[in-house]
Amino acid sequence: MSKLQNAIVGGVRTAMSYVPSSWLPGGKPDPLIERRVTLGTQQSRLDGPDKVRGSSRFAAEVPMERLLYAACVHSTIARGRISEIDVSSAEAAPGVVLVMTHRNAPKMALPPPIGLANLKAAGNNILPVMQDPEIRWNGQAVAVVLAETQEQADHAASLVKASYESVAARTRFEDAKADARTPDSLMIERNRLKKGDVQAAFRRAVRSVDATYRTPWHNHNPIEPNSATIAWNGDRLIVHDATQMLNGTAGSLAKVFGIKETQVHVSSPFVGGGFGGKALWDYQILGAAAAKLAGRPVRIVLSRAGMHRLIGGRSPTEQRVALAADADGKLMGLIHHGFSVKPPHSVCDEAFTLTSRSLYASASFDVVQHTLDLDVLANTFMRAPGEAVGTFAIECAMDELAHGLGMDPIELRRRNVADCDPVTGTPHSQSDLMLAYDLGAKRFGWNRRAATPRSRKDNEWLLGMGCATGSFPYARMPGMSARITIDGDGQATVSSAAHEMGVGTATVQRQHAADRLGLPLERVTVRIGDTSLPFGSFAGGSSQTASLGAAINAASGKLASELLRLAGNDTPLAGLKVGEIEFANGGLRKIDDQSRHESFVSILKRAARREVSVSGESGAPLEMLKFSMHSRSAIFCELRVSEVTGEVRVDRLVGCFDCGRILNPKTAASQFRGGMIMGIGMALTEETLFDERTGRIMSASIADYHVPVHLDVPDIDVLWTDIPDPRTPMGARGIGEIGITGVAAAIANAAFNATGKRVRELPLTPDKFLFA
Amino acid sequence: MRAFDYRRAGDRAEALSIARTETARYLGGGTNLVDLMRQNIEAPAALVDVSRLPGLIEDTPTGGLMIGAAVRNSVVAAHPAVRARYPMLSRAILAGASAQIRNMATVGGNILQRTRCAYFYDAAGSHCNKREPGAGCDAIEGFNRYHAIFGASEHCIATHPSDMCVALAALGATVHLAGAGGERNVPLLDLHRLPGDHPEIETILRPGELITAIELAPSEAAANSGYRKVRDRSSYAFALVSVAAGLGLAAGKIEDVRIAMGGVAAKPWRAARAEQVLRGQVPTRERFREAADTELAAAKAFDGNEFKVELAKRTIVAMLSELAGTEA
Amino acid sequence: MAIVINGTEYPLPDDPRISLLDLLRERLGLTGTKLGCNQGGCGACTVIIDGTRVLSCLTLAVQADGREVWTIEGLAAKDGQLHPLQQAFIEHDGLQCGYCTPGQICSAIAMVEELRRGDPSYVTADLTEGPMGATRHEIRERMSGNLCRCGAHNGIVEAIEEIMAGGAA
Repeated sequence: MSKLQNAIVGGVRTAMSYVPSSWLPGGKPDPLIERRVTLGTQQSRLDGPDKVRGSSRFAAEVPMERLLYAACVHSTIARGRISEIDVSSAEAAPGVVLVMTHRNAPKMALPPPIGLANLKAAGNNILPVMQDPEIRWNGQAVAVVLAETQEQADHAASLVKASYESVAARTRFEDAKADARTPDSLMIERNRLKKGDVQAAFRRAVRSVDATYRTPWHNHNPIEPNSATIAWNGDRLIVHDATQMLNGTAGSLAKVFGIKETQVHVSSPFVGGGFGGKALWDYQILGAAAAKLAGRPVRIVLSRAGMHRLIGGRSPTEQRVALAADADGKLMGLIHHGFSVKPPHSVCDEAFTLTSRSLYASASFDVVQHTLDLDVLANTFMRAPGEAVGTFAIECAMDELAHGLGMDPIELRRRNVADCDPVTGTPHSQSDLMLAYDLGAKRFGWNRRAATPRSRKDNEWLLGMGCATGSFPYARMPGMSARITIDGDGQATVSSAAHEMGVGTATVQRQHAADRLGLPLERVTVRIGDTSLPFGSFAGGSSQTASLGAAINAASGKLASELLRLAGNDTPLAGLKVGEIEFANGGLRKIDDQSRHESFVSILKRAARREVSVSGESGAPLEMLKFSMHSRSAIFCELRVSEVTGEVRVDRLVGCFDCGRILNPKTAASQFRGGMIMGIGMALTEETLFDERTGRIMSASIADYHVPVHLDVPDIDVLWTDIPDPRTPMGARGIGEIGITGVAAAIANAAFNATGKRVRELPLTPDKFLFA
Repeated sequence: MRAFDYRRAGDRAEALSIARTETARYLGGGTNLVDLMRQNIEAPAALVDVSRLPGLIEDTPTGGLMIGAAVRNSVVAAHPAVRARYPMLSRAILAGASAQIRNMATVGGNILQRTRCAYFYDAAGSHCNKREPGAGCDAIEGFNRYHAIFGASEHCIATHPSDMCVALAALGATVHLAGAGGERNVPLLDLHRLPGDHPEIETILRPGELITAIELAPSEAAANSGYRKVRDRSSYAFALVSVAAGLGLAAGKIEDVRIAMGGVAAKPWRAARAEQVLRGQVPTRERFREAADTELAAAKAFDGNEFKVELAKRTIVAMLSELAGTEA
Repeated sequence: MAIVINGTEYPLPDDPRISLLDLLRERLGLTGTKLGCNQGGCGACTVIIDGTRVLSCLTLAVQADGREVWTIEGLAAKDGQLHPLQQAFIEHDGLQCGYCTPGQICSAIAMVEELRRGDPSYVTADLTEGPMGATRHEIRERMSGNLCRCGAHNGIVEAIEEIMAGGAA
């Protein structure tokens, strides 16, 4: 499959190189790049008033008659089988309606895996759900209790007694290396990259570094637990879920229960934090199965421990980065190897080497990564999968190299940043990392940095500054649809099964649609968050804004033709072709001739139509194959490390982002900051404690898994280059994930600058600097 | 959570009589007990709510302070007399948990909170002698970064999570108890037990016995005191190591010194050996380090928490230096 | 046995296991108060009881007997006008997904009172004098019991500063 994928992608890429750029999506820059009215202006989020009132309704808050509450019982071994499961006490407990185990669960098919080729699939953990007595990871659900209240269900769950026959489980990272697999491809890239003679480069190098970096398991830990309120209406399944994959969830549940996709209705208008962790996992399947068994609606809200047992996290990584440089600091060789966990039932490549293939113009490359098979819940996508941990390794190594060369770390990057894809020569669509560095350095005051580590001090605190590059690829998903409806009052409604998890989807796309259609903001309504709306791809890979943007753009083109058709001949627009008109002032007009204009209201009235409605779709993202499309950032950190205790305190962060055009500076700044704050957590505190003896997660609460608190978060300054990407809708690239990338490296590099101690294993807890 | 009877006690006598007749637990703010019940670690048949018993903070005839067991943690921390005369107690309380939890938690409940060992908390899936005597201890060879370096046994290496108790230990507080057999007072330092062969028995409290108050003696060292807590995140986290210390100086010498540590044992750990080294000495960093070395000589670390030994020493030295006004 | 929530009296549940949070969300339909961890680790369920911020997940509903509870639903004026802090959260974008938001707002409103009373925090330099103004450092320490995973911290702190400067709340 993977080899085939390589061949297909390679073939398309070759073919694309003969296609003129102007034929591609974005071949002609989006006119909105130049013609912005509300795009680029500060807009408060539309759902703000409801959210501050607490009146936005989340998945576990949908009222239903005769609702039952679910509680899960989890396995306590990692591998083996259930030898006996006694549910009699649980069944007899007050309020209990039923206990579901593998013995009475309905027959269900495997969830179809998430894949780039099938947007109707959202499966993360491709294993049978309660279909047999097999135990495949520690924490697997072995029973679901339904009761009249949550308290009754929780208590009854504690009465279920399961015994197991254990077999030896593979739970140790180090042991699994012996059987490591080397996949053929990572996402849409070949895994193994060899270019030039790396060995010779290291022999000839004036300066080189070779170090191993480690990152632990991470969990998303959104504040809203994964939860759903589920009902069957005959053969129709209604799921109020918290999901980043509405249509994927609907399509997957249809497959699992053997019904048509149209029989599944998924609604998710608000998601209380996603970060990759709000997709299809066992809980929706179990909830729907139990609801079917009981013939009553079910609410399933995972406990915090349940989230750690049933929602996968980011794989740990062990990465070796070696860099060889000449006397000028030019990279002669780049090695990036490493391991991450990916059992066969997982769909997520933790593609930590991708940045190393595209960012710096090394003369030679040797890059490959390997996956380890453990008896664990599938690892999954978590904010900037691959890049978050990959940039930690490569950007710390760059800092180590700069230090070795006695060169300013920014200067080292300036000498090596690639002006096209360094492996294939594919041109950038737009990229100006060094402008981001220059703007950021000025804002930050980089010139005040002391190059020699351990040279600034304030009482017991060692002070340091560091920087690092962040990076995340552009993505636009095909198949995302949007419908535009113009009513007789000239009001526009844009609808799509898109997702809102704090990113400001409706807010920004209303700006987009208003500018696209020549309307003031208040005449545009955006409806999202429900599978009754036109098909939506997922909110992932920082792709949603571009994908939905492309869909709205496509729909607007159809709208123009449809309106022209309706306008007929008795109009100032008579005789014009679609290519000669544009949207303006609540209607259509001839480009360059303001006098030839007719409003939507007038066109519809004359045509005796109540409304006009058209749909458009995000087409094949061929631009991603023709161009090297990446967002980059320059991250700066100033911090203190206590010489007494080793505690690290971040005093200041600055991030300058090169992400194309910024559509709404207010929500964009928040998203950048949010990513950077998750980067603080990744750098300093976040670590899922996976007990390798048992395969059990021991930090299964939000008290034990330390996400940053207010006091950990300093003032964070964000700015951007705001250079439009001529190949993307609105000139924008996604911004949801890049914020976290580069941050852990910038913090680790600043900590080195403060202490002279290089810590290569996250998180940077006090003990690691105690003897610095 | 198992079903239980809830009774609110109108006064102390009622509380004691209800608790005597049932398999009951006293309920203060519930910040720990309710959670433990939800985790199926505690399953009392009845809860006797003592959170509305009168709770006062009053001066004692000897110039000390009497703090009722039902007083909320935040009220103690903000009380002017505590801030002025026992600043280490204010700071210790303020270092613990979050504002919301401090507003709920009572003094009595804080003292009786149970360990945060992850294996203790994992009732379904881990072995713990404290939870289930004889089951074994998964922490000894597992994740024990947060665990004890003093007073652990082969059966349990858990720590007591309270910050407030560390200050109370340093202050030599007295705990007032009432039970079926009448009233008695015990030093806070004697209230909690080390695990030994019975980690499930955590205090010397008798069945049905109720903490009614904490008494603080007047002390010069207490007025010049502080609390420093080292943790993995800057706030809202349990201690890796914490130090409560007070220093009374006279004629350039240490007249009175109080040091206790948190995060290092199953009880707040009074650093008596360190205090002995310092009494009567001129306060210098070297002397402080010597005292810390002496105290920590008896420490026994595990694979994950070896760093605590040096961290504890440094935190003691830094805290004492701050109180002595010597350069850090 | 009754509890007053946002000015309205409600009977207490029969089952003493029911937390105040569960009473609000599952029985009274007041879902503005959020369940985040149900064990005192995140602050999303923060409500104000008798003027004091507490966690409704660890409060048994029966313990709130006779108390006056305010939740996020009770903060706006009767005519729907937002509380100044709610408005400031929108202005400063002190929210993203909105799930921790009600807890942040309830917590902050009570925190402002604690600061005005002169209650110290762990980062207050001089305990006898109390906090010297609402520095960001003080606000951050005092708000640390309310986790936000989206990372709206800067906006939240700015919103709180704004209403403290304006004398509202």
